Amino acid sequence: MTILIAALAGLVFGLGLLVSGMADPHKVLAFLDLAGPWDPSLALVMGGAIALGLPGFALARRRNRSLLGEPMQLPARQAVDAPLLIGSALFGIGWGLAGYCPGPALVGTAAGMGSAAIFSAAMLAGMLLFGLWPKRS
Amino acid sequence: MSLDLSAFTPLAALAGGALIGLAAVLLVLFNGRIAGISGIVAALLPPRLQCGAWRLAFVLGLLAAPWIYQWFAPLPAASSSAAWPLQVLAGLLVGIGTRLGSGCTSGHGVCGLSRLSLRSLVATLVFMATGFATVFVVRHLL
Repeated sequence: MTILIAALAGLVFGLGLLVSGMADPHKVLAFLDLAGPWDPSLALVMGGAIALGLPGFALARRRNRSLLGEPMQLPARQAVDAPLLIGSALFGIGWGLAGYCPGPALVGTAAGMGSAAIFSAAMLAGMLLFGLWPKRS
Repeated sequence: MSLDLSAFTPLAALAGGALIGLAAVLLVLFNGRIAGISGIVAALLPPRLQCGAWRLAFVLGLLAAPWIYQWFAPLPAASSSAAWPLQVLAGLLVGIGTRLGSGCTSGHGVCGLSRLSLRSLVATLVFMATGFATVFVVRHLL
């Protein structure tokens, strides 16, 4: 059942990216271009998502187990540290260069966008590289 | 700054955003999991390979979305206009950056802000700021 819910959540998430315009890199870059003719649409995507997310996560926080009896695995980390800041900064630079973040890149690849496929391959390579990099302890 | 009202699509943006929020709420309420795309994808790669079948199911659902969507509306035709070496550089930065920073637009931006996490708020402000700055440099300075 959890598998079915996960597949449904992935599908609804992907449809949301397509309906909202997030899967269109031109629209994303038009939002990120504050100095150009600015298209504010994507601020409303975040707004629409958080409007449902706030009550949903408020409910989730009060439970130890999910509705299907799974452990509630919410992130515990609170520290605002250097990896968070540097990683997020690098992510934003890549996002601004191409107009893709991870979800839209995968959806764009499945939709047959060549640039999304190239971006996604490099993104997976970046994740692999990071995973294989020896960690300082 | 000037608003481009001809390109402004508030209803589609709100409706699509609501679907994204619904997906995140479904996953956390039923499965107890965070819908963070970069985290889910990275966990399917070596060296972690924590092949919780749910992660694979989520990604397959995500990849199936364009096929369902095209029955109702045309897919966005235009690909990103950046040249391929730039796509490779951007992809590497997003892959490494989201792992180092523990999340992306979905995990920090949607789920983290909905959880009222300070860490995610800071992450979101930082990647929005560098995103705005990068587009400014590329479009208006170079």
